[in-house]
Amino acid sequence: MAEKKSLGKEFTKGLIKENPVLRLVLGTCPTLAVSTSVMSAVGMGASATAVLICSNIVISLLRKVIPSKVRIPAYIVIIASFVTIVQMVVKAFMPELDEQLGVYLPLIVVNCIILGRAEAFAGKNPVLASAVDGLGMGVGFTGALFCMGFIRELFGSGTFLSGIAGINGGNGIAVPFLNENPMLIFVLAPGGFFVFGILMAVANKIAEGKGLPKAELHGCENCPMASSCTIIKKDECKSNEEVAVK
Amino acid sequence: MSYTKELIAILITYILTQNFILSKFLGICPFLGVSKKLNTAVGMSAAVIFVMLISTAITYPIYNLLVLFGLEYLETIVFILVIAALVQLVEIAMKKYMPPLYNALGIYLPLITTNCAVLGVVLLNIDTNGYSGTMENFGRAMMSSLGAGLGFMLAMVMFAGVRSRIESCDVPKFLKGLPITLIAASITSLSFLGFAGLVENMFA
Repeated sequence: MAEKKSLGKEFTKGLIKENPVLRLVLGTCPTLAVSTSVMSAVGMGASATAVLICSNIVISLLRKVIPSKVRIPAYIVIIASFVTIVQMVVKAFMPELDEQLGVYLPLIVVNCIILGRAEAFAGKNPVLASAVDGLGMGVGFTGALFCMGFIRELFGSGTFLSGIAGINGGNGIAVPFLNENPMLIFVLAPGGFFVFGILMAVANKIAEGKGLPKAELHGCENCPMASSCTIIKKDECKSNEEVAVK
Repeated sequence: MSYTKELIAILITYILTQNFILSKFLGICPFLGVSKKLNTAVGMSAAVIFVMLISTAITYPIYNLLVLFGLEYLETIVFILVIAALVQLVEIAMKKYMPPLYNALGIYLPLITTNCAVLGVVLLNIDTNGYSGTMENFGRAMMSSLGAGLGFMLAMVMFAGVRSRIESCDVPKFLKGLPITLIAASITSLSFLGFAGLVENMFA
């Protein structure tokens, strides 16, 4: 019973309390780049979730075998293998999605969420908990991407769910007024930064109401490279720590 | 268009119109994390330029080797390993033989291994632009890496200035910290939209 409860906790923490994008500020590159439509955002989220769950399971299984000195390269190999598999699956079965995601699909390898979870969780915890942690984080990532994609697609092209063959012949559901007057800026690069900034502000506001700290970039405990990092640690993390102590 | 002209066009494209940070969203983590101070921003971007150039130079022959054996699908896994190993090697060599350079750049090197801008430029060169095989294409690939690196530096340095202004501003409480930084990035990126079409018209 107790075990079940803690597994549930591992899952739900990734959704809101430790949402990788909006709370831990990880994986910002894909969040900004592929969230121009709901379809590509969710496709990206699903691919990353698949890689995250598989790599968490394998890393957790091998956690006693991998010497701690070479763990980062070992993790990278494991993650890169799963990314290659996902890449081939997407290319074979969803060529349109592959085209939309482009170079960002292989770049899941360097997504900090995946390496970060390997380092912070899967390398230290049993298999089942790691798999659930991966699932929770992945769903949280997908959720945040969905929000971004929904807002940007709605205002930027005035549609919802376009690009899915079953819905209105791939054109998506047209939203009345916005479809005739789309604000193109939302699907361009500046719109990505803007929507992300506003979402982050909303997330901070909610967190404040619950007494949680503000989302800060590079809480070093979440950064996979923290152990080998010197300058940033000295400069910025120290000040973060001091703030936390106060 | 002559070859030299084309190289210049590639360089300008990647610095201004296709800026890695502001229009391709590659390398956002260092952009938001390390751009607080001008000197760290410059050091980080110099290290990025350096790593981008050496990793393009090394992955180029390796990709041709992969093509020879019909193993192109392994590119992601091979490239990330080669880049990671190379960065480690360069760091060690730099520490031993060039301590002043190490003090200026070396400290950023471990962070760059998992930077998506570096793997991104290598993959873009090969997959999207199809630069492989010939010596001319090698020149194009190196030039686009240089352009990507310089564009990275331009965005970092510009943004370090923007951020020092934000620090002294009185922003609404709910936007303090990361949200206002992102909105400032949005405006900076908006200004780069003005360069759209520049290269096509310059070399028409």
